[in-house]
Amino acid sequence: MRKIFIPALFALALTGCGDSAPEKSAASEAGNSDQAGSAVLTGKVRLDGSSTVFPISEAIAEEFGAVAPKVRVTVGVSGTGGGFKKFINQETDISDASRPIKDSEHDKATAAGVDFIELPVAYDGISVVLNLENDWVDHLTVEELNKIWAPDSTVTTWKDVRDGWPDEPIRLYGPGTDSGTFDYFTGVINGKEQASRGDFTASEDDNVLVQGISGDKYSLGYFGFAYYIENQDKLRAAPIEGPNGIVSPTEVTINDGTYAPLSRPIFIYVNVAALDKPEVAAFIDFYLETAPKIASEVGYIPMPESVYDGAKNRVKNRITGSAYNKGATLERLVTH
Amino acid sequence: MTLANDNPANQQAAAAARLKRRHLVSWAFEKACLTLTLSAVVVLGILLWQVFSDGIHWLDLQFLQSFPSRFVEKAGVKSALYGTLWLVSLTALISLPIGVLGAIYLEEYAPTSRLTRIIEINIANLAGVPSIVYGILGLAIFVRFMGLERSVLAGAMTMSLLILPVIVISAKEAIRAVPSSIRLAAFAVGATQWQVVRAHVLPEALPGILTGVILALSRAIGETAPLIMIGALTYVAFIPEGPMDEFTALPIQIFNWTSRPQAEFHELAAAGIIVLLAVLLTMNAVAVYIRYRGTRR
Repeated sequence: MRKIFIPALFALALTGCGDSAPEKSAASEAGNSDQAGSAVLTGKVRLDGSSTVFPISEAIAEEFGAVAPKVRVTVGVSGTGGGFKKFINQETDISDASRPIKDSEHDKATAAGVDFIELPVAYDGISVVLNLENDWVDHLTVEELNKIWAPDSTVTTWKDVRDGWPDEPIRLYGPGTDSGTFDYFTGVINGKEQASRGDFTASEDDNVLVQGISGDKYSLGYFGFAYYIENQDKLRAAPIEGPNGIVSPTEVTINDGTYAPLSRPIFIYVNVAALDKPEVAAFIDFYLETAPKIASEVGYIPMPESVYDGAKNRVKNRITGSAYNKGATLERLVTH
Repeated sequence: MTLANDNPANQQAAAAARLKRRHLVSWAFEKACLTLTLSAVVVLGILLWQVFSDGIHWLDLQFLQSFPSRFVEKAGVKSALYGTLWLVSLTALISLPIGVLGAIYLEEYAPTSRLTRIIEINIANLAGVPSIVYGILGLAIFVRFMGLERSVLAGAMTMSLLILPVIVISAKEAIRAVPSSIRLAAFAVGATQWQVVRAHVLPEALPGILTGVILALSRAIGETAPLIMIGALTYVAFIPEGPMDEFTALPIQIFNWTSRPQAEFHELAAAGIIVLLAVLLTMNAVAVYIRYRGTRR
């Protein structure tokens, strides 16, 4: 498989991906006039950051290796916050982030002379998951989630959440406090990032959460959509009542934004100075071209076409800074 | 009691009973030790069986010769395997001379002073410092201050710090095990300290020293925490060509695969563990061989 696949992509890249190419592969979709040049590019592209974004960046780095084999792309996993630290230190060219950059991080970047472009690459829908034997929860409201997860929560049994539910202790599972998922969930549900009750089983490894929840009838937990999709036979996702009514997380509801408020965009941030290097520029072009296809392959939801067009526009016109921040919408990002 | 002791027949019976009880205690102790030893082996056996049954069918040449991939069937450990080999070789190059020379100094040259004792106690203490602490140190000194970035060299230097105390301690033990009569005999015929160390102490202690070194390197091979701290990377699709190149290592690749949502990648992690075990066992086999040759001579 590998031996046929990669030379084929390579050949497509070399020939500049003519219209006559019979099959549209990831590489040929990215085909533009730069492609023929990619094969001779050299140098390094350094990425680091969120473990949530890692599968997408890794997959794109892998595909990019087929069209630009001499460019050394590396992807690290330091978490969103850890990634930004390295990004501000100029140890990386691109930072993976599962939340928008914080004001404090933005200030530090400015102080260090790091200008960046913010690019949304996909959606993730944080899924609230239950044990398969849990037959009493038909849906959960945002208020109920807040009641469960608030820092001063008094909920100890399912009955405390809603009358009529079993008088059994509720056992909670969630991601660790360094995770962007934790930041986003607590921000949306509890109104303040990092504000959460502490007596839950926390793990940075989502597989541990899957194990815990699938083995415990009275459990409740939350993590990224990709892990829910892979484990649908072991868990079920609770429909969430938000501004658009009661909605379950699916590819459709996350993509069109009806799965609210737990849908979140995930980003890459690129250093503008690094973008002057042709290998970084080629990689970013390739990233934005292939992101829709790759994102769905690795369990994320592609954004609407217009958002990617907006992102390409930001790169082309070097529009720096963070647009998606403090409740701003993706539309704002597109029109910028 | 006194009455019974007066009677020789009773005395004999009591002695026999005591003897029987002692034998019983002895037997029970032996079996208890055996059970505990076996339980450790059984746990290892279960672990190995689980890893092998999960991973063995992924293990082929393609797995060894491929770079990481999001497609299970295309993914491999090439960059991680080479990264680990680079890391271990460089670590050995750095830590072996420093560790062995340090041990020779402490055993053969250092005066029995307060300072020597402080140094020795500190080395023993350093051996117990958690590996993540060395990672933080490596990040601050090698990666940032010395500007080595996330290179194999920075990783190897951090790993060297981690295993140096172990090497020094085991080399000291090996040197101390050389009978002092050998040294005295050499001195008696007029050898200098340098000649004694070079021609007698070192060759005699070498098997012990190398065994210690290889066991220390085996520890380095399985360490992940300091590497993650200094920023060894997760996705690397090239082999390091020099000490300043970026790298990944087997434990990091394994960790990455276990944290993926797809179950197939967990099996791939098991295959990665088998590769790591193979490297580890090869190194231990070398240690056994060296010791065997050393003792036979």
